[in-house]
Amino acid sequence: MSDQVTNIVVAGLGGQGVLKASDIIAEVAFAAGLDVKKAEVHGMSQRGGSVTSDVRFGQGVLSPMVPAGQADYLVVLDETQVENNKAVLKPEGELLTIALINPSNLKNKRTINVAMLGALSKRFDIDEKLWTDTIKANLPQRLHEVNMEAFALGRQVG
Amino acid sequence: MTRMLLSGNEAVAQAALDSGVNLGAGYPGTPSTEILEHFSAIGGAAQWSPNEKVALEVGIGAAFGGAKALVTMKHVGLNVAADPLFTVAYTGVSGSLVIISADDPGMASSQNEQDNRNYAKAAGVPMLEPSDSQQAYDYLALALQLSHQWQIPIILRVTTRICHSKGIVNTADTKLSPSECNFQRDIPGRVMVPAYARPAHRRLREKLNKIAQWNEETEINEIIPGGKELGIITSGISYVHAREAAPEASFLKLSMTYPLPLNKIRQFADSVQRCVVIDEGDPYLVDAIRAAGICVEGKADLYRFGELNVERVKRILANDTTAEPAPPKGKPPQLCQGCPHRHVFEVLSAKKCIVAGDIGCYTLGVLPPFEAMDTCVCMGASISVGLGLRHTLPEDQARRVVSVIGDSTFVHSGITGIVDMVYNRPKTGHVVLILDNSTTAMTGLQEHPGTGRLLNHEPAYQLDFAAMLTAMGVDNVHVLDAGKESDNFEQILTDSLACDQTTVIIARRPCILAAKKIREYQTKQENAC
Repeated sequence: MSDQVTNIVVAGLGGQGVLKASDIIAEVAFAAGLDVKKAEVHGMSQRGGSVTSDVRFGQGVLSPMVPAGQADYLVVLDETQVENNKAVLKPEGELLTIALINPSNLKNKRTINVAMLGALSKRFDIDEKLWTDTIKANLPQRLHEVNMEAFALGRQVG
Repeated sequence: MTRMLLSGNEAVAQAALDSGVNLGAGYPGTPSTEILEHFSAIGGAAQWSPNEKVALEVGIGAAFGGAKALVTMKHVGLNVAADPLFTVAYTGVSGSLVIISADDPGMASSQNEQDNRNYAKAAGVPMLEPSDSQQAYDYLALALQLSHQWQIPIILRVTTRICHSKGIVNTADTKLSPSECNFQRDIPGRVMVPAYARPAHRRLREKLNKIAQWNEETEINEIIPGGKELGIITSGISYVHAREAAPEASFLKLSMTYPLPLNKIRQFADSVQRCVVIDEGDPYLVDAIRAAGICVEGKADLYRFGELNVERVKRILANDTTAEPAPPKGKPPQLCQGCPHRHVFEVLSAKKCIVAGDIGCYTLGVLPPFEAMDTCVCMGASISVGLGLRHTLPEDQARRVVSVIGDSTFVHSGITGIVDMVYNRPKTGHVVLILDNSTTAMTGLQEHPGTGRLLNHEPAYQLDFAAMLTAMGVDNVHVLDAGKESDNFEQILTDSLACDQTTVIIARRPCILAAKKIREYQTKQENAC
């Protein structure tokens, strides 16, 4: 059953947009008509500490949490969070870190999460417009342009 | 039917709206908080009560009058609300009363990992456990219906991974309206003096027997046929972990887990060669099933701690009791840079105070670099634990005892501690610090009676802490900004610790995460005037 499910873990620190990024991935999968589950933990863990969020999509997703060693993709928004999370990856899984993006090319550093989504989005056969529409729906209008640029940059380097 | 992507909390709220819940009441607590926030956001009538006991009693009143009432809280909140819970089981209700108990196995953001399924049995209140967002939606609607049908409160027991996981929900086509309420007098049914409570207890047990019969037949306790070698009995989130861990097994997924359908369980156990019960938390199901003389396996004791997941279920099924791999060590949470509480903890640390702490963001004052907290037990305990220390410690230590409590926690259950302080006054007096950041920060910036705004941020009466404390008989009440008036704060604290008086220092400055929003609400309010 798990062969039909794509497992993604997004990791970073509180305030970096980990949960926003995983929400967007889940909504894209939802809009694409797939089954999807997404897990995260709120509350005390968010006060500047490590944050991770799991997204699983495909056919018939059961547990909302990605089992250790089962992630197809690990997207990390802060270099310090690679070591403690890498055990979640499959042997053939792919680690995507911010080293992919040259953050100095970003107009707004806070768009790093959306830039990483750009890179991630290249891995799936899902219409780019679904991604951009979902990102816009999750952000206020004034942030659309800068995030669309970040997403495009991620697509380019990803 | 609409297809939606919802968290378990959002699904409960959507079901409450679609089922015509008249009133939702609760107190914020991870992982339950978003239920009432979402219910309000989509058009439901919802309120934050000062604490869970009040919220449940408001719900009971509404349901006595015929309303469909929803009451939400985290697991430890049900301890606070346990007093009304045990007796509303006797009285029953006219409308519907559903209590959400949001448990936190693994303690993502809690002080313990109690398993509230035990409350259902202890109080005699039927309990439903959803396994995903769709069932959170379906079972809230079902709970409201069963509550009305059997005239009994129902617990919908969810856990962190149900509340905060998103999944697909197909909503019901039929939307119900809120009930027309009308008070019907029923003195023997509603007034629990002993003469009326004795027959009420018998009525409760009769109802539970009938509900147990119903539960034997209902389709919500689903059998998923598989191989005969292994059968798994489970409930809640554990069901989805177990399905993934053992796709070849047969399953009995229990959805109403009190009262249990023991005949159905017996038949299922008899139909497989090996039957394993997967319980997250306490051995709740396995103990009840074994007590009925049904031969099943449980889990090793090491799996009682923390939440379950697919790997842990595989280990349970393999009887693997070797040490588990250590969970990844992340960066621990901390008080935000710029948090108004930081300076307070620097001072308490420097003065070597014995700090009786409380529940909230400021509990992070226990971590380095401050390490300025010595106790944290439950909501409101800072004040009363501090008093116990003051009464019994030698004088040189007693004089260093300070109670530290947040504004929302103070309203929740700190006020009675103050009453005790002025009544059973310690010889050395006492010092209480209310860290007032004008919000319930830890759970995500909720309003409370001290903020002067309702759940939906509309204006309300603002509880005046200083006036209340003075009226209660506290000798000295100070209100200050501990960061901006640093010298003043240190001086007042030093003087208060040295004298034999009772002092409350309200250190007031908005949470940096809430400040912008608070200004927006205030501007909106001023423009409306």
